[in-house]
Amino acid sequence: MNRKKTLRNDLIAYSFIGVWIFGFAVFMAFPLVASLVFSLSNVSVLGTGLEVKPSGFKNFIAIFEIEDGFVFLEKLADFLVELLFRLPIIIVFSIIIAVLLNRKFRGRALFRSIFFLPVIISSGPVINELISQGAGGTNIINSYGFISIIEESLNPTLAKPLVALFSEIIIVFWFSGVQILIILAGLQKIDRSIYEAASVDGAGPWEKFWKITLPALSNLIFVNIIYTVVLLATFSENEVIQHIRGSMNKIDQNYSYYGIASAMAWIYFIVILAVLGILALLFMPRERKRRKRFGQ
Amino acid sequence: MTKQKLKKILLGKELSDGVIFKAIVYVLLIAIGFVYLYPILYMISYSFKSPTDIIDPMVNWIPRRLYFDNYLRSAKVLNYFPTLGMSLLVTLLPAILQTAVTSLIGYGFAKYNFRGKKIWLMLVLSTFIVPVQVYMIPRYVMFNKFGLLDSPFSVILPALFAQGVNSAIFILVFYQFFRMIPHSFNEAAELDGAGPYQIFFRIAVPLAAPAYITCFLFGFVWYWNETYLLSLFLPGYPHLQLKLASFVSAYSSLYSKDIIKLNEGIRLSATLLIIIPMLIVYLIMQRWFVEGVEKTGITGE
Repeated sequence: MNRKKTLRNDLIAYSFIGVWIFGFAVFMAFPLVASLVFSLSNVSVLGTGLEVKPSGFKNFIAIFEIEDGFVFLEKLADFLVELLFRLPIIIVFSIIIAVLLNRKFRGRALFRSIFFLPVIISSGPVINELISQGAGGTNIINSYGFISIIEESLNPTLAKPLVALFSEIIIVFWFSGVQILIILAGLQKIDRSIYEAASVDGAGPWEKFWKITLPALSNLIFVNIIYTVVLLATFSENEVIQHIRGSMNKIDQNYSYYGIASAMAWIYFIVILAVLGILALLFMPRERKRRKRFGQ
Repeated sequence: MTKQKLKKILLGKELSDGVIFKAIVYVLLIAIGFVYLYPILYMISYSFKSPTDIIDPMVNWIPRRLYFDNYLRSAKVLNYFPTLGMSLLVTLLPAILQTAVTSLIGYGFAKYNFRGKKIWLMLVLSTFIVPVQVYMIPRYVMFNKFGLLDSPFSVILPALFAQGVNSAIFILVFYQFFRMIPHSFNEAAELDGAGPYQIFFRIAVPLAAPAYITCFLFGFVWYWNETYLLSLFLPGYPHLQLKLASFVSAYSSLYSKDIIKLNEGIRLSATLLIIIPMLIVYLIMQRWFVEGVEKTGITGE
């Protein structure tokens, strides 16, 4: 009887999530396996369909040999440097704005809406147009001669990403809309009485921020870090993913570009996973107890 | 005595209550807010500038007169209203389907304990970090084989099976939301003889209305702004975002003999035309976006 009941229960549960399992199999799992096969094969597009011949790691090796592969690796390295600069800026910016917004004052709702606005409008083509038409903030930064100062005072390897960063600094801030709201929601869940208790003990706002607010947010900051990395890695104007799509349709007699593009995608995926892994090691909150104490 | 009172007003009982502190916060927010909105203000300002205003260094933020010609030109290049309709088709439909389907899935995870639940839930989460690039080529081959390229179905089908843009997040949101509904609701309904699907449609769905609205809106916006897969699967589809990306060549072929060459004003008016539908949605529904993040428990564990 009981076994029958659990079976029935399982069946009902699977009738709810079955759609996902089917979709996952057809649109995710199967393509993932196929892509892995492509990356290890010589794929040629024929009139009748695809011809897939196993070729071992030839595609992966080719990335380190042919020009298209070099360009890919270069773009990948550039992206990682860019990420290194942008990630902390976005995370810190979202915390600062959320802390500023986390008090009762006139116009709070308006400011909150303003800081979320970019999420609504940031598509690749729109951002591209804004940057190329000079609306990305280059003017503000340039009017203080800031960029030429960087270019003159630093060596080129460091100056290049910095200049790229500052000439699009506003757009970088634009990537923090969701993160601000996440931190804001976290701030509102922190128990007021902890701050009061700290005040009684003579803690100032500065101390309270570092000793109470920040630890209480550690969980959400970690969520934000992951979210931001994924957001930047999958943004449609990201040069790496643009390059992969470009490579896909290249035609060359000696190489199979479906295979090479798949290999690039897997390299990219593994690099992103590695980045997320390193960030998890560094920032994953370890103290579960703390989480409970602050009621998150 | 008065000195003390003044001190109390300015600095407050605590530093963060005082007038000075509040003033600093306002100044900071207004300054940052201005910089933050700078691209949008710049865009609005330029989109109304005539060609002479654009080259005139005396004209800074406010154009000499409102010049609508930019909009007329860019609307013509974009073939605005028909394209808008076609774009909404591949935005609204997947957003609606995705919301409906992810709610079912989230409910299944939230309300049932079943064998394999943990594994499936982990898989749902992990799909969030798999970049599209890894599976797009086989998907492309698959869609090509079934003749779905350039057909709205290449966007709609994945959404229908909860494999659309950020579907994993929505499943998680619904999962969190349905978990907050007390179990006693289900039990009471079961005692009254309601079946599992009746409970879902009659009790859970109405209670989850806020989550539905928020998920739909986010899905709508994310679909509108997702252009990477769009340009791969629907390369020839009339979509506003894609038309913006190829605006320069489209303009020069339409206005090849015109005296007015493509300028910032025209390009930024086109950009504004692309974002206007979303701005309108945001103006009306902004509460649901902003408060949705807090209320639907996106921020949970």
